[in-house]
Amino acid sequence: MLKFPIFMDSQSTTPVDPRVVEAMIPYFTEKFGHPASRNHSFGWEAENAVDHARDQIAKIIGARDPKEVIFTSGGTESINLAVKGVAEMYREKGNHIVTTLIEQRASLDVCKRLERQGVEVTYVPVRPDGLVELDAIRQAITDKTILISIMFANNEIGTIQDMAAIGKLAKEKGIIFHADATQAVGKIPVNVEAAGIDLLSCTAHLIYGPKGVGALYVRRKAPRVRIAPQIDGGGHERGMRSGTLPVPLIVGFGRAAEICGEVMAEEGARLSKLRDRLQDMILSNVDEAYLNGHPERRLPHNLNISFAYVEGESVLMGLNKESALSSGSACTSSTLEPSYVIGALGASAELAHSSIRFSLHRFSTEEEVEHVGARTIDVVKRLREMSPLYELAKEGVDLKSIRWKAD
Amino acid sequence: MAYSDKVVDHYNNPRNVGSFGKDTPGVGTGLVGAPECGDVMKLQIKVNLDTGVIEDAKFKTFGCGSAIASSSLATEWLKGKTVDEAGKIKNTDIVNELKLPPVKIHCSVLAEDAIKAALADYREKNAPVDAPASSK
Repeated sequence: MLKFPIFMDSQSTTPVDPRVVEAMIPYFTEKFGHPASRNHSFGWEAENAVDHARDQIAKIIGARDPKEVIFTSGGTESINLAVKGVAEMYREKGNHIVTTLIEQRASLDVCKRLERQGVEVTYVPVRPDGLVELDAIRQAITDKTILISIMFANNEIGTIQDMAAIGKLAKEKGIIFHADATQAVGKIPVNVEAAGIDLLSCTAHLIYGPKGVGALYVRRKAPRVRIAPQIDGGGHERGMRSGTLPVPLIVGFGRAAEICGEVMAEEGARLSKLRDRLQDMILSNVDEAYLNGHPERRLPHNLNISFAYVEGESVLMGLNKESALSSGSACTSSTLEPSYVIGALGASAELAHSSIRFSLHRFSTEEEVEHVGARTIDVVKRLREMSPLYELAKEGVDLKSIRWKAD
Repeated sequence: MAYSDKVVDHYNNPRNVGSFGKDTPGVGTGLVGAPECGDVMKLQIKVNLDTGVIEDAKFKTFGCGSAIASSSLATEWLKGKTVDEAGKIKNTDIVNELKLPPVKIHCSVLAEDAIKAALADYREKNAPVDAPASSK
């Protein structure tokens, strides 16, 4: 039996796994201690729980030492701490950052702020499939470059970058390498050692954990990376992030990471099969529907399609009574701007206005996929019947030959 | 963002979707907006050449639900009006009727532009030979 509405927006957030909730509950009421209380059992109990979670998170990212995991309030804070922390700490060494055009808003906005403060940032373009060329990064590097900050897997199109190659390049040049792995951790194998990652941002709520907690991996050896704290206070988290740790959230984050590690291979295979089914259904029934991103190198649960001649928000409006999807990313959907990620792939602005992201999750079913696929096809066909662009195209008019009056 | 009931109704049951032949006598066509801005409206009127009354109107819109609703509503309002009366429809009337939020006001502006463009096209094609063309 289908239950409505169907959630297919798991790259914006995920439901908390019941096993995660179960692990968290005692830490609200019975085991409520402050992990920095060193003199009584409440504190020790909380500290042990936090250290256990640190261990669970270190495992899923392949960190050598759990001490390298710093807890934060989420992905946005981790990215802020990593990028601003490096820019401030290594100011003497240089003032140049290399990143890409398709980073998430948190990264781009941090870079924009740093630019206003005199830091230079190079936004490397990506190929039409969303991959960043290693040579493009190499060419962007100057003797002032202190940081390369790249998204592991993209939030809109799911494209997975060749992190190991970028990490190797960063090592050769002696540049710190930050990975925004918020969309990758728990979904695909991530290993900071294998990929030469020095800083890694991740968050709990995208891996079936609670909202409000994330982590920053900070390499301690080869090289030892230092970051300037952005929040001052009691010197928690090895002085890098002060503030009382939210123990129940951290316990949930750890448990969520552990479960992801256990089920990753099986879950990834199941979701990519469902995703492929959805993709085949749509692309074989709708003409001029285009897959965005790399067809193979992408997250198993991600599907992003642009439907020519119809606008994304109107497609969602036809679906939102019974299913939850997104057009562009949740961060940008309150604006009228088309997706800058799709735009950066070289697609026309019109196609950027018509992208729909389907993102599956642990609780997605085949029945849901069939339903959403069929409804999407119906809605797109209906909207094309009322699209003047579709009509013109069918008449053989080249839309580019029309002199549109853009405001 | 939640849509008003009226926007949802026009989206689900758009009135007067379709096209007239551009060169049919009495037909005026307006095509406004731009694909790269995410909104294009085509609005057409069919005027009774004897009475000057708009007998029928049709639209096709590429855009969000509010853009579809704005143009759908415009076709409803155009029917039965004279060409001069039609020129008095204001975007604010559409905003009020559909309860459009500020971020969607441009949809109503585009609908007003589409009406004006269709009227202008009609006037251009049907300018009386023996009298001066009405003001643009």
